[in-house]
Amino acid sequence: MLSKVDGVSEQPMIVAHGLVKRFGDFTAVDGIDVEVSRGEAFGFLGPNGAGKSSTMRMIGCVSPVTDGTLRVLGHDPAVDGARIRARLGVVPQEDTLDFELSVMENLIVYGRYFGMSHKQATERGRELLEFVQLEERATSQVEPLSGGMKRRLTIARSLINDPDMLLLDEPTTGLDPQARHVVWDRLFRLKQRGVTLVLTTHYMDEAEQLCDRLVVMDRGRIAAEGSPVALIRDWSTREVVELRFAADDTETSGEKIEALVEQPERPLRALVSRVEVLPDRVLLYSDDGDATVGELHRAGVEPQSVLVRRSSLEDVFLRLTGRSLVE
Amino acid sequence: MTTTLPTAAAAPALPPAPSTARLVGRAVDFWRLQFKRTWRGTWASTVLTPLGFLAAMGLGLGSIVDNGSGASTLGGVSYLDYIAPGLLAASIMQQASFESSYPVLGAIKWAKQYHAQLATPLRVRDALAGHVLWVALRLSISALVFVVVMALFSTFHSWWAVLCLPAAVLTGLAFVPGIFAFAATLETDSGFALLFRFAIMPMFLFSGTFFPVSQLPDWLEPIAYLTPLWHGVDLCRDLALGTASLLPALGHVAYLLLWVAGGYALALRHFTRRLVT
Repeated sequence: MLSKVDGVSEQPMIVAHGLVKRFGDFTAVDGIDVEVSRGEAFGFLGPNGAGKSSTMRMIGCVSPVTDGTLRVLGHDPAVDGARIRARLGVVPQEDTLDFELSVMENLIVYGRYFGMSHKQATERGRELLEFVQLEERATSQVEPLSGGMKRRLTIARSLINDPDMLLLDEPTTGLDPQARHVVWDRLFRLKQRGVTLVLTTHYMDEAEQLCDRLVVMDRGRIAAEGSPVALIRDWSTREVVELRFAADDTETSGEKIEALVEQPERPLRALVSRVEVLPDRVLLYSDDGDATVGELHRAGVEPQSVLVRRSSLEDVFLRLTGRSLVE
Repeated sequence: MTTTLPTAAAAPALPPAPSTARLVGRAVDFWRLQFKRTWRGTWASTVLTPLGFLAAMGLGLGSIVDNGSGASTLGGVSYLDYIAPGLLAASIMQQASFESSYPVLGAIKWAKQYHAQLATPLRVRDALAGHVLWVALRLSISALVFVVVMALFSTFHSWWAVLCLPAAVLTGLAFVPGIFAFAATLETDSGFALLFRFAIMPMFLFSGTFFPVSQLPDWLEPIAYLTPLWHGVDLCRDLALGTASLLPALGHVAYLLLWVAGGYALALRHFTRRLVT
């Protein structure tokens, strides 16, 4: 599965086969296959505890592989971990910034870890602070920075060695909407420059905005794989009809609709591929929402409100990983 | 699945692995830079500790001891000259235990500097060696200041006294990796309070710093001989007073090195267990 570039086979940035991570009796990652090509923006999407971070830590060569094979930048982390890490940029889930140091010093220290001279690291640090729009904060302490600024500083730090691949573990978790959009904008620019991005997220909008391709993970396994558009096509319908009823009515109305959809002579049967009854609303998955609403009306279903919307990655996500909390 | 695993030969070239010395140097450089931010508060204690101890214990308490039966028990030297090398070893031990406790747990759990380092080409052994080396440097500076203050109080009886500097640093180092190892097993810092209260403080008081361990109750005496501090104190004192002889001195050095080596092996194991999951 090597992609051909000018007749030369290009190595994938990540190849994993049957990758497993166990902590004692607990299996965090349960045999996944992943391949990421150069320049791709690849996402691991999944609920908390799905095994995303464990996977990322193995790819980042900081967590030993329990079983299966893993090649990062074409090399085995168990053999060449330190050398691979020299070419990676890592944005960990929790910031590991040094609060005793200034913004610029955080970058310098990190550059030194990669063998840069103080001068090189300072120059590169200045460019990166400009890139993440923190140039005016170079001499500030880290502690008083906002969450979004700290995150941007961590991203700047991860770029100090001009990495071949950037690993981002939940890059915008805990940020307010403005701060998230600034981070997305910067990541999108990196992607345009051809930096390979690998990220984990449980935000659908983040995955849709940034990822060319993603896998949905659930309980340590890959539940589905594809581009956001393909995943929606494969795992959901084009549209979703959301019906709301008076509080006590939802369940009975839901049952009624389910029965209607089962009737072979009704056009609804052809229109609706799935009905989901939730405590507060009923969802009908259909490729033609308006026709579905019309048929429901004809069948005498009278909801309080009707919403026809396009299917989103969230529908795919909930379909694949379920609605109940796993904790 | 027909995918073949790429071979290293066809893979993008990785930079050559830097030497361990370079990697360790980068870790030391971090601690140095961090120290530059916070050193101002430490100078006062580095200088005032020896001054205060020698003035209060040596001159103040010493004037009473020297006029009493103390002089004969101490082999004819003044109390100041007697306790100065002991205080040197004991205060370096104390600093060693502070430097090896909170900053280590912090780098694991709070500020997570080790985690930041391990995402780079640094390995666990580089992060550990770098930090231990940094603590050794800090101890050397403190020991140097202490030795200079001792010279100003003219407590030295021999030129062998210059060796008090490495001897005191070695005494401190006997504690460093062991406490690193201990810190790497902790979830909260409450373990350190126990360490200081039940290990460091009793050692400080009863390992020959202030009086010969022969004055201790018989059952306690052998325990005192087992503590690394007693070996450090005895070594520093023999060097300072010019009473050192080769074999006992080498014995002390060997015993202290044993603690360094044992502690280091343990620290590497605990660091790996804690940081590589």
